[in-house]
Amino acid sequence: MLDLKDIESGYGETQVLYGLTLAAQAGRVLAILGRNGAGKSTTLKTIMGLLPRRAGEILFDGKPIATQPYDIAKSGIAYVPETRDIFPSLTVRENLEIAAKRFGGTDPDWTMERVLDVFPRLAERMDNGGTQLSGGEQQMLAIARGLLMNPRLLILDEPTEGLAPIIVKLIHDKLQDLKSAGLSMIIVEQNFGFATSLADDVVVVSKGQVVWTGTPEAIKADTEAQHTWLGV
Amino acid sequence: MAHDLGFWVLQALNALQLSMLLFLLSIGLTVIFGLMHFVNLAHGSLYAMGAYVAASLAAVGGYWMGFFLAPVAVAGVGVLLYSGLIRRMRRAGPMAQVLVTFGLIFALLDLTRIIWGDLALAIDVPASLSGRLTLLGIEYPVYRLFIIALGVAIFATLAFVLGRTQIGAMIRAGVDNDCMAACLGINVERLFFIVFCVGCGLAGLSGAVAAPLLSVTPDMGLQILIPTLIVIVIGGLGSLRGAIAGSLIYGFVQTFGAVLAPQLASVLIYALLAAVLVIKPVGLFPAKG
Repeated sequence: MLDLKDIESGYGETQVLYGLTLAAQAGRVLAILGRNGAGKSTTLKTIMGLLPRRAGEILFDGKPIATQPYDIAKSGIAYVPETRDIFPSLTVRENLEIAAKRFGGTDPDWTMERVLDVFPRLAERMDNGGTQLSGGEQQMLAIARGLLMNPRLLILDEPTEGLAPIIVKLIHDKLQDLKSAGLSMIIVEQNFGFATSLADDVVVVSKGQVVWTGTPEAIKADTEAQHTWLGV
Repeated sequence: MAHDLGFWVLQALNALQLSMLLFLLSIGLTVIFGLMHFVNLAHGSLYAMGAYVAASLAAVGGYWMGFFLAPVAVAGVGVLLYSGLIRRMRRAGPMAQVLVTFGLIFALLDLTRIIWGDLALAIDVPASLSGRLTLLGIEYPVYRLFIIALGVAIFATLAFVLGRTQIGAMIRAGVDNDCMAACLGINVERLFFIVFCVGCGLAGLSGAVAAPLLSVTPDMGLQILIPTLIVIVIGGLGSLRGAIAGSLIYGFVQTFGAVLAPQLASVLIYALLAAVLVIKPVGLFPAKG
């Protein structure tokens, strides 16, 4: 569904990705693992067009991906960033509507009612400012906002970062439901257990390249790979 | 110094009228600044251009022709500025933007000189708005009341559009975080272009309504620039609340300072500006909390 070939990218003068190649399959969950600074978030930002690509090719459904973030979003990719990026000047309702009203279409899979069914906590806080929410609620809001874009591919950057264990469990269950419903996802995660229990496929990134590819079971069994690439 | 009620009412109305004029100017500048981090020092020149275009049109087709067409003409200048210059400067960083738009001030200044000459132009208040109205025991020019009402109406309109509509939510989202807004499928660049043109149009409108009060001179754009910048620094960047609060503070401090403490008046607003910068450097109501 999404193919990255020999990607080189980075921030300004600093190159982070050195010929990264990976593929995400439709209807499956791909986990990208790796140490801090390995290039995981950079990979996601490059997919979304937020960082300029210096070399390489990204294909979405076999066609070159758009260049501008808003066109990439419209082509069916929703992005939930590490920092959640809830708009502080918007209420919870407005944060959701800004996605729902633009991506609703005629008969959308995801409607306001449906995301509020999935995340009832948000329904109680609709008129709160976006940043009056707790970290966990902000993460729910960011995922709900992404779902309202009715994406074909959902990209999540460290969805469990800084969250209490009970919220991590909740987010895990919700993502598991989305996976069962057939939504394609790419998840970048530091939480090894969380990532491997959700994923169908795993890639490990180090120094801007993919150094390991396989199944969650294989990486769980491969203690040497874990030690070398993840420091687990 | 004992003053009667009429004196206070009169000064308050003067202050309000100055505030509203500054509001029309600063709202465009502050939202452009907040939305795209773009410093457009030539905003004051667009105000001068609005005044000149209004004066020329008024001479041909009367005041209202200038009032309605000057903002459109200045918004048109905005389109040219945007596509010719500003779009290329978007990623150039603040220093380059300040230098280029500062240079633009002088280019536009000379352009107005070439087209309209150095002599001050005058423009008459339309018959329907001339004369005075008796209000709370004082007589006040109808035209100045019209400016106050216009400012309030524009404020209410913008408050509605920014606060209650989808495009308003998109603009606020873009000011908060342009990258994330783009990831939600919003073409922030095109949004910026629209906001830029509306801001230019409002600058033109404020020039057109100010023209009958002041003499229209080439350097009026430069003179208004500093007060406008003070307004947005005091009010805080990028927000409607900041623009209206900054404008009111500037208008009242300036007007009452001039009548109550004339010897201090010129430094008073700068002292206030310094105080705001020390106590709350982001301004009173910045868009980004």
